[in-house]
Amino acid sequence: MYEFVTGPLAWLSFAIFFIGLIVRIGLYIRGLDWRLDRVTYGENVSYGIKGALRSILFWLFPYGTHSWRNNPWFTLWVFVMHIGLLLTPVFLLGHNILLKERWGISLWALPESVADGFTVIVILAVIFLVLRRIALPEVRLITTAYDYLLLLIAVAPFITGFLAYHRTPDYYFWLIAHIICGEIFLMAIPLTKLSHFILFFLSRAQLGMDYGIKRGGMKGKGLAW
Amino acid sequence: MPEGKLCNKKPVNTKEELQALLTDKSGKQYYEEMNHLDVDRKALWGTIQKSFKSRLKTWLEICSHCGLCGEACFYYLANNKDPRQVPSYKIQQTLGKIIKRKGDVENAFMQECMDTSYAKCTCCTRCGVYCPFGIDTGIMFSYLRGLLFSQGFVPWEMKIGSGMHRIYRAQMDVTVEDWVDTCEWMAEEYEDDWPGLTIPVDKQNADIMYTVNAREPKHYPEDIAEAAILFHVAGENWTVPSEGWEETSLAMFGGDWEACKLQVESVYAAMDRLKPKRMVVTECGHAYRATVIEGPYWAGLKSGKTPVESLHYVEWVAEALRTGKLKIDPSKKIKEPVTYQDSCNYVRNAGLGDIAREIMSYIAEDFREMSPCREHNFCCGGGGGLNGIGRYREQRNIGLKVKRDQILATGAKLVIAPCHNCWDAIRDLEEIYKIGIRWSFLKPLLINMIEVPEELKPKEE
Repeated sequence: MYEFVTGPLAWLSFAIFFIGLIVRIGLYIRGLDWRLDRVTYGENVSYGIKGALRSILFWLFPYGTHSWRNNPWFTLWVFVMHIGLLLTPVFLLGHNILLKERWGISLWALPESVADGFTVIVILAVIFLVLRRIALPEVRLITTAYDYLLLLIAVAPFITGFLAYHRTPDYYFWLIAHIICGEIFLMAIPLTKLSHFILFFLSRAQLGMDYGIKRGGMKGKGLAW
Repeated sequence: MPEGKLCNKKPVNTKEELQALLTDKSGKQYYEEMNHLDVDRKALWGTIQKSFKSRLKTWLEICSHCGLCGEACFYYLANNKDPRQVPSYKIQQTLGKIIKRKGDVENAFMQECMDTSYAKCTCCTRCGVYCPFGIDTGIMFSYLRGLLFSQGFVPWEMKIGSGMHRIYRAQMDVTVEDWVDTCEWMAEEYEDDWPGLTIPVDKQNADIMYTVNAREPKHYPEDIAEAAILFHVAGENWTVPSEGWEETSLAMFGGDWEACKLQVESVYAAMDRLKPKRMVVTECGHAYRATVIEGPYWAGLKSGKTPVESLHYVEWVAEALRTGKLKIDPSKKIKEPVTYQDSCNYVRNAGLGDIAREIMSYIAEDFREMSPCREHNFCCGGGGGLNGIGRYREQRNIGLKVKRDQILATGAKLVIAPCHNCWDAIRDLEEIYKIGIRWSFLKPLLINMIEVPEELKPKEE
């Protein structure tokens, strides 16, 4: 089992992840239409790039925009969750040891206690986001089962990984579960709404170009996000 | 496929059709016929397949349902934070469902979509500024309005408006003769007070070609006279075109993209004909957006720009004050607290926030910002054509509460609103809520404030 999930299944999930993301980028860009979107992507390109970068960067930093600042708790948990989701799997010591064994490469690794802390924070953040979905009427109404499923897909590798790392009695079970959950997560990124992994940047860049080229970017200082 | 006599999928292209619609008081028969209008599902889905591409698709698909757009929407705030007013909810329940069902929707659902896309969204695009993914629900609702128009589900007044543009190249039945006569009449009317005042029609190679909102010749001709006086005092070499003088676009509000194109092309043709250095648009938000910001795209101009550089009136005013073409008499500056209404159509859609502040710095001693302001300002409550639609008067009036409270919080009793829609909405909010405010365009205020050179004053007999 271990050989299978860390072998063929791992290859499959990485392939879906990378190819899926490339397809997403390709389809998005191919579907842009200067006339339908009413943005001259090919004209005044420098303003477009400036608008796109501003639109991405302001939103990439916690409290960088009015919307982030208006919602301090949401912003805090959303950012720590995303930081944890990105950093922990890439810089986890265990993952890098595995990489070294298989492909002979490895990255710098986080101290184990820090990774453990990130894991707990991701789990807490997801709990916060679930509670928020239930507690706020304006969020509850628009929340669907799919939204909860995505949170589950995102947090499952962390819960199972935490249990495996802390050597619970069923270590082997949790390890396999962790690997499978991680692979589901990877595959889900291009295939579900988690595609905002890349579409966040593309969509933000598009609206940024809209503002940068057409909606005032060539006249003022640019939109105060 | 029952098509009504008045309510149908065919746009209005003749005066007879237009007259029939106008005769139907408040659209009584029109809306009755709408209840029986069939949805051409195949055509609807066909249109979607051709026009629903990655930008819109991605917006609908990746929305995380985080709800941050709620507080960005003035309707949500005005309706006691009713979750059904969250932009994400509104668009998923309408456009979202049409897409999910591949256009397989019923009459009642289309009417629901119409009610939502007009009475719950003014396409102010504020939500797009507050969404982490940059999802601009206002743009999506505008797209939805286009789909609805193609199927005949459009408010009566917007159907009329689109017909007006198609027939008269103006949102009202103002003909070229009416327009030119009005200009002549205004020049004569004000000539005694302003010796030498003229409204030059169709002058070639002028520095400025001035264009207006059809309401001005139709209902507020003094506005044209005021513009003429200010150009006269500023010493501008200006003109108005006999054809292609109308900037507004009810067709844009109604989603009639074909009429949008026809309308802006009439203005661009005037530019080609008269070859002015620049165009200046009157104090109207959506007119400027339609003709200057969106118009080039409807007309297929690859540069995304109008054939000659185009300014909103506030840009011209700021320039005239900055360069001293117009001088403010310091003793006549506005002394009382005064606030400024940023029009969504040129603050969020054209970035004219700084220009407005510059003007206020020249003319007001106690300028009070609304909170929020500039590109974060709330819609006046009457945008997107809503002021003109009788069917949604009640929802519009509730929406006005946000602007009312914003104005009250400034303590100012005078609101400067260089936008016809905002001006109307603020007038109506005063009428409904009676908060004791006055509202004004810039032109009449400026005329009372400027220093008039001796040679332009009437000679004492």
